[in-house]
Amino acid sequence: MPSLEDVSLRADVAAVVARLRTTLPAGALITDHNELRTYECDGLTSYRSIPALAVLASSAEQVRAVVAACAAERVPFVARGSGTGLSGGALPHADGVLLLMSQLRTVHEIAPQDQRAVLDPGVINLQVTKSAADSGYYFAPDPSSQQICSVGGNVAENSGGAHCLKYGFTTNHVLSIDLVTPEGEKVQLGTRAPDAPGYDLLGVVVGSEGTLGVATSVTVRLVRAPEEVRTLLAGFSSIDDAGAATSAIIGAGIVPAAIEMMDALAIEAAEAAVHCGYPDGAAAVLVIELDGPADEVAHEYLAVEQLCRENHAFEFRVAAEAAERALIWKGRKSAFAAVGRISPDYIVQDGVIPRTTLAQVLRSIEELAGDSGVRVANVFHAGDGNLHPLVLFDASQPGQSEHAERLSGAILDLCITNGGSITGEHGVGVDKAKYMPRMFTDDDLDTMQLVRCAFDPDYLANPGKIYPTPRLCGERPRVHVSDEPPALGDVELF
Amino acid sequence: MAIHDDLAGACSHLRGAGPGDAVDGVDPQWVVSPSTTAETAEVMRICARHDLAVVTRGHGTKLSWGRPPTRVDIILETTRMNQVVEHVAGDLVVVAQAGLRITDLEEHLGRADQHLSLDQPAAGATLGGTVATATSGPRRMGTGSVRDLIIGITMVRADGVVAKAGGKVVKNVAGYDLAKLLTGSFGTLAVITQVAFRLHHRPLSSRWVHRSVTDVQAARATVARVLHSQVAPVALEVDWPLDGPGRVAVLIEGAPAGIDERAHGVAALLGGDTETADDGPPWRAVYPWTADEVALKLTTQLSSVPDLLSDARRHGVAVRGSAGTGVLYGALPGDVDAGTAGKAVTALRNACVATGGSLTVLDAPADLKAGLDLWGEVHGLALMHQVKDQFDPGHRLSPGRFVGGI
Ligand SMILES: Cc1cc2nc3c(=O)[nH]c(=O)nc-3n(C[C@H](O)[C@H](O)[C@H](O)COP(=O)(O)OP(=O)(O)OC[C@H]3O[C@@H](n4cnc5c(N)ncnc54)[C@H](O)[C@@H]3O)c2cc1C
Repeated sequence: MPSLEDVSLRADVAAVVARLRTTLPAGALITDHNELRTYECDGLTSYRSIPALAVLASSAEQVRAVVAACAAERVPFVARGSGTGLSGGALPHADGVLLLMSQLRTVHEIAPQDQRAVLDPGVINLQVTKSAADSGYYFAPDPSSQQICSVGGNVAENSGGAHCLKYGFTTNHVLSIDLVTPEGEKVQLGTRAPDAPGYDLLGVVVGSEGTLGVATSVTVRLVRAPEEVRTLLAGFSSIDDAGAATSAIIGAGIVPAAIEMMDALAIEAAEAAVHCGYPDGAAAVLVIELDGPADEVAHEYLAVEQLCRENHAFEFRVAAEAAERALIWKGRKSAFAAVGRISPDYIVQDGVIPRTTLAQVLRSIEELAGDSGVRVANVFHAGDGNLHPLVLFDASQPGQSEHAERLSGAILDLCITNGGSITGEHGVGVDKAKYMPRMFTDDDLDTMQLVRCAFDPDYLANPGKIYPTPRLCGERPRVHVSDEPPALGDVELF
Repeated sequence: MAIHDDLAGACSHLRGAGPGDAVDGVDPQWVVSPSTTAETAEVMRICARHDLAVVTRGHGTKLSWGRPPTRVDIILETTRMNQVVEHVAGDLVVVAQAGLRITDLEEHLGRADQHLSLDQPAAGATLGGTVATATSGPRRMGTGSVRDLIIGITMVRADGVVAKAGGKVVKNVAGYDLAKLLTGSFGTLAVITQVAFRLHHRPLSSRWVHRSVTDVQAARATVARVLHSQVAPVALEVDWPLDGPGRVAVLIEGAPAGIDERAHGVAALLGGDTETADDGPPWRAVYPWTADEVALKLTTQLSSVPDLLSDARRHGVAVRGSAGTGVLYGALPGDVDAGTAGKAVTALRNACVATGGSLTVLDAPADLKAGLDLWGEVHGLALMHQVKDQFDPGHRLSPGRFVGGI
């Protein structure tokens, strides 16, 4: 246990340590530099910052005590779930406390009769489905990182997944949370039934990226497993055809559980990594999953096959058994990591466009890439227009990092000019705060800050994330927004 | 006359309020009907300058819900803002002004075989009013409630500042989700002038399968079988009048070729004598109350819905609603005395709260309402006050109508 005399600690952080000494077991407070270093970044490794103190919480009450101590000493704090976030949301504050939620892993209740699960925030996403599977239920939000990411992180990011086209995002599946507010109070938001009286604060907190407090308990809806699931793979000779097939399927009134698209470069990477056996020579594949009552799926299947063929699918396969289905999904879910096989460095982008602009936007991305000499692999949730362009580059080549960075930004501009969003599921974090003023006016951002001021008047909860240069609470609206990256203490930018 | 002149300068559609404009018994002075967000902003700036209290009104279908306002100077009517701004059928998204009637929107969307999947129960309701009161119907089980379908919002704040949140794409996590914050806020945070919704295709075909059930045990078994089945119901509704048998109804949708087989499957699941029809039973998506009754909203965890049915009947409350989501509506006769009403509300609220839900008195005759606790204990009330104070520090937006005197 660090002592008050620990000279390396700032005075305010030392005061936090002093306050926690009686409530937390020895060993829960981490000040060792090497140990702290393991938490210096999340899944977005280009931003790194070492926290002043990390606390390994093992109960909700401990979380509350830590936040209360931070509030009393005006020390910023950042919650960290599994650290898989891709926007730097869990990037520590150099002068603050990093709250590690990973020990809070108890599944408290699986109640199939109420279609509900009560979870600790550190519970791994996939664990929820595993716990509910025997009773015929599952947790619908399924980010590709579901084997490692935490439900607390899902709540903070409002995470999606391949199946959110039909089943919605995390926000549609959370009934209530216990929140420790940035002032150190514990409140329950929402109830076990929908439509709790009063403002829908739960709706604002979900997706607020840890800036409105720390979730210490999460109650989610469980979904009945479908009677039938069919996973299809369609190969196309052009991206336009695959895009047209997607539009045709949606336009026919079919809501597949998922429609995912990968282009030739992404397929190449996935093949190299996991040998998923996608159609040879495809310029694009669609992974389509239909689920529901068997009769309904059978009819949808016929319609989807016809629509794919009408849009020139040269190959159309249905997974005959579970292993084949798993392999099709493995190709898709491993795609991010797989591009590491074909490129030394890459940026995972996340943007949204209206589905009808898909073909045109993809063409524009291709042109931009051509101009800059950087390659782009596309993997995305085609059904809802959520693009994940993977910008491939070689940092050892002079100028390539800058080209990649610029292209990645230009893709977000394309999303905005086409009426979309700068993030569909990975969040704004520290990475995209500078793009917020391109999507929102000063007045929009100031209005969002009103919520922040209500929850966190001292600006201690994950400061520097989401919003560039937020005004101080109680201040008159600012006149100017700077394009500077947010202040984060001693952030090292790699 | 300075106020009148300022208002008239901001918006030409200004008139003195009449008896029909009272909000739950409280008389305003003026009614102003701006046609655009910009005009609304101008009006709100003037209201801020003159410290005027504002109640926003659509078609006024739910204007008496909640507490009577502590004061009202201006009725800000949204009904001139009644345009579809953008409907891109291929994206299944619509952007529309807040004063548009849902029925008019549906007519527009119907041309593209699409709809806003809400089953709004109040006839004539506007989009803005539906959002502000968070009213959803039976289909919420399958496609979600207002908060799940709204994807973007434009608002005018108490100080006249125009702000938006969300956008017009279904998937979007940029910035705080203020659309959800304003959903169900009863006009106490800002004036909603424009909203964006995700849409659904009109079902290719649909069937309602329903049966009567004589007692709560039968209802319990029937509802549980449907809930835990794999028939993928879009709605699971119950109707539980004060006496006689209740009814359970299931809506399924899908390809015409398979729908009848599926309906047979649902009928077998329900058991007993079932009826199957393309249209729902007349009581679905209709509130159980009449104008002079006490209107209740009761929520509970799913497995406790049947218990709530019998509790309600015992306390003289007829209920109906979504057994598939645990959200029911109840009617208590308006001619009961205050003591009886208070007892029924307390007893049923305790039952709801004990099973993870809540009870809200939406509306009641004035004399009864004054004596009733409309919301019970509200979790997070302190935070709600703080949010209100940030958005409307002068407490001029529908003051006093909402939880905790907000
Ligand atoms: C290979 C890969 C694939 C991915 N695929 C997807 C995908 O398909 N869809 C998708 O949406 N995301 C995806 N992600 C991103 C990421 O996994 C999600 O954002 C996930 O929800 C983060 O969870 P986490 O536990 O790792 O959170 P962290 O990264 O630890 O934290 C994320 C944010 O949540 C906050 N936070 C964490 N716990 C709490 C808490 N208890 N209370 C309050 N705030 C908290 C943090 O402060 C931070 O702001 C992917 C990431 C990787 C690496």
